[in-house]
Amino acid sequence: MRIRLTSIFVDDQRAALDFYTDVLGFRLRHDVPLGDDSWLTVVSPEEPDGPELLLEPAGHPAVKPYRDALVEDGIPLVQFAVDDVEAEYARLTARGVTFTQPPTDVGPVIVAVLDDTCGNLVQILSEKPGQPGEG
Amino acid sequence: MADVFRALDDETRRLILDELVARNGQTLFEICGVLVSRHGVSSTRQAISQHLAVLEEAGLVVTERRGRSKFHYFDGGPLTAITRRWPATGRDPS
Repeated sequence: MRIRLTSIFVDDQRAALDFYTDVLGFRLRHDVPLGDDSWLTVVSPEEPDGPELLLEPAGHPAVKPYRDALVEDGIPLVQFAVDDVEAEYARLTARGVTFTQPPTDVGPVIVAVLDDTCGNLVQILSEKPGQPGEG
Repeated sequence: MADVFRALDDETRRLILDELVARNGQTLFEICGVLVSRHGVSSTRQAISQHLAVLEEAGLVVTERRGRSKFHYFDGGPLTAITRRWPATGRDPS
């Protein structure tokens, strides 16, 4: 069993594609029309054959209360690894991205939480130098 | 004033205030993260949320909504009632 694809709900697939590619730096992998929506996935340019992130329409009525409650408490719905959280924080705030949590030292990793403008909070994290990797 | 004493009579709540003084304006998620990583407090989010409610009732924490998230701030205002009643001065040498 492998993790091949994971998904998040987004308010607007086209706006989400712009944010996840143009701002965050992911790359479009699949864009297959499916009725009014698309099977829309992105991958990391560092791992073009790695796991895909599915940007799924947020139309189901359960999505809004679920996301509203998590976002209110600052809880991220997806997490991405980066080399340097501080550098990403500087790069993304310069692009106008809003962070609900600036780079924070939580022991083995530095984390920060940003708003993806599509209804979700995203946590980025980097391992601190000298910490054992996850293998 | 009774609310303030009750709110302060708990180590986890005092640690929450410490962390808000260090960086004012944190979400519940951030508060839980720093409590567990810096102080080994591994209470559930629900428990921390209840601690925050006690602090908020006492006026020591105020919340503010920015965008769709809720941020918590320390407010030392209620503490001035304590030093007004019992001034924070040492004993005069006689």
